[in-house]
Amino acid sequence: MEKRVTFKGWLLPLLLIAPQLVISGVFFFYPAGEAVWQSLFIPDPFGLSMQYVGLGNFEYLLSDPYYRASFLTTAVFSTLVTLVSMIPALFLAVLADRLVKGAGAYRTMLIWPYAVAPAVAGVLWLFMFNTRIGIVAWYLGLLGYDWNYVLNQNEAMGLVVVASSWGRISYNFLFYFAALQAVPKSVIEAAAIDGARFWRRFFTIVLPLLSPTTFFLLVVNIVYSFFETFGVIHTITGGGPQQATTILVYKVYADGFVGQDLGSSAAQSVILLLVVGLLTVLQFKFVEKRVHY
Amino acid sequence: MKNFALGALVASSTLLTPFAAFAQTEIQFWHAFTGRLGELVDAQVEQFNASQSDYKVVANYKGNYSETLNAGIAAFRAGEQPDILMVFEVGTATMMAAKGAVKPVYQVMEEAGVPFNSDDYIGAVKGYYTTTDGKMLSLPFNSSTPVLWVNRDLLDKAGVAKDVDLSTWENIGPVLDKLKAAGVDCPMTTAWQSWIQLENLSAYHNVPFASEENGFGGLDAKLEFNGPVQVKHIQTLGDWAKKGEFIYKGRRNEGGADFRSGSCALFTESSAGYAGIKAEAKFNFEVHPLPYWADVKGAPQNTIIGGASLWVMEGKPAEDYKGVAEFLNFLSSPDVQAKWHQDTGYLPITKAAADLTREQGFYKENPGTDVAVIQMTAKEPTENSKGIRLGNFDQIRTIIDEELEAVWSGDKSAQDALDTAVTRGNQLLRRFEQANR
Repeated sequence: MEKRVTFKGWLLPLLLIAPQLVISGVFFFYPAGEAVWQSLFIPDPFGLSMQYVGLGNFEYLLSDPYYRASFLTTAVFSTLVTLVSMIPALFLAVLADRLVKGAGAYRTMLIWPYAVAPAVAGVLWLFMFNTRIGIVAWYLGLLGYDWNYVLNQNEAMGLVVVASSWGRISYNFLFYFAALQAVPKSVIEAAAIDGARFWRRFFTIVLPLLSPTTFFLLVVNIVYSFFETFGVIHTITGGGPQQATTILVYKVYADGFVGQDLGSSAAQSVILLLVVGLLTVLQFKFVEKRVHY
Repeated sequence: MKNFALGALVASSTLLTPFAAFAQTEIQFWHAFTGRLGELVDAQVEQFNASQSDYKVVANYKGNYSETLNAGIAAFRAGEQPDILMVFEVGTATMMAAKGAVKPVYQVMEEAGVPFNSDDYIGAVKGYYTTTDGKMLSLPFNSSTPVLWVNRDLLDKAGVAKDVDLSTWENIGPVLDKLKAAGVDCPMTTAWQSWIQLENLSAYHNVPFASEENGFGGLDAKLEFNGPVQVKHIQTLGDWAKKGEFIYKGRRNEGGADFRSGSCALFTESSAGYAGIKAEAKFNFEVHPLPYWADVKGAPQNTIIGGASLWVMEGKPAEDYKGVAEFLNFLSSPDVQAKWHQDTGYLPITKAAADLTREQGFYKENPGTDVAVIQMTAKEPTENSKGIRLGNFDQIRTIIDEELEAVWSGDKSAQDALDTAVTRGNQLLRRFEQANR
């Protein structure tokens, strides 16, 4: 069935999409273009001089084994953040969906963490897992486990993943909860009459029906883990120990905003843009085929 | 784009500032001090404003050191720079290379006809912020140097005799063994590992941290901190870490809380830790000079400073600079400096302020507070010990942090880690050289 609206002429359609075009232009194409332009130079921080280096910034970055290693770190980090923020969200949504009494209260509490800013969430988790004053670290110590994320790379990664995912669980919960409400009761009842137990109904009926939501959340969460997590990393680990939690976007921030190396920082954001763009295209090309709308 | 946004923000906030005084010239001063230090700065500014009627200094807190530097840079790009910008020592090379953005302090003073003699300043403080021919580029403001903080109660508990000499690393080793054996969780820790265990270590033993007089001689400096003295020191710390005697707490001064709460026995940290330790420590603490390796010839030389200095920005009206000169002159006066030194634990930046503090009997009443001053001034600084001036230094420090963490966790040997840090750091130096050609 053709859902498209067709217009005669081009003035009205242009006018209708103009606001979106302006927003994209001002907040995406202009800064992105500026980043591409800057990535070809090594400027001094004060903007007094610029050295044209062609692709020199990219050569410099890609020949650095530490920069290449941070791609792997980023991949591990994003995969974990995506999984840790989506699976518990789905689980909680399914449970909340079955509530009869007090559903509103549960819902509100589950959504709450989303209102906490990433850097603040970082500090909260830092307080719990701090090697000196952290209550969790203290209990782990009682159990005989020497918790030390300051030097242990896996523990540091685990901590930033949990801290980055925690607030996201609420966000994902919200979407899953809404999607569950839209699953037609009749289909589920029919399956129940046929003798399918809850989890079987969930995996064969509910989960496939949720696939558009899952796909949307997958894309959004990966983008989130690539771009918006540097506040958490900055407050908890600062990229360490060694380079265990230096993800791409954190390096953009550290080199550009702290280190004043604007050429390298711009080149890094261009690379990041390409990576995320490519990932999104791949997702739409391959994963979306398995989505049933 | 981040800079653009920041610039716009800065610009708009400046526009919104009401014009309070018409006859007075306003001097904008951006700094990085909050809390108690912020109050002390405000008090200095108030005192200056009350002392004359031609100028009004307006002090603004712009976030931590990095954020303040960024705010200054963004503001300069937007043409809305302050008259005076506080920049931490790591940013010195960045500011120095920015000809056309900063106005050297000696020039500001000269043009305003304010008497100014850079020899009034303590050698090691002066050296950090002057050109190779002795011209002062920025005004030293808050300077500190690393010392050894000791929890005497823990040492007593471990049976360490009171007269054990803690001035050399050779002597520290057995003390750590005793502390460990007595069940002390954290025999020793450090703050700012690059600054204390590499930069100051190099200066203190009169070995180069980088070529070209640690970067003072030119932008083509190369890192040289992988020499035998540094390797031996880092390897020793690494061995102590393996034995659980040197406990790594983090890249900044995380260890401070552990020392103040009484869980760490020895702590290498800035002399400016004094105020906090004095306020919080519920045990007998002592200040000792930073230990050195007795087998290195010429050690101990002098340690170098950390902290910040005040840079005067270009592009302001001429009458501003007269006021800036007056204000800087006021800040360096013995009274103001002596008070600052006694309140904060930062070093007195002028010899007159140090003398005044001694005359006032402060060192007698607060034993140990002059340790840092003596450590800095005992010898005339050499080209290895007057300071460090390297571009991209903030990132080089991050690289050093990363590589040292590999030593503390036992992943790399000291030689291997320092060699790698030198190679990686040199790439950043070459980039800085290119950017400022």
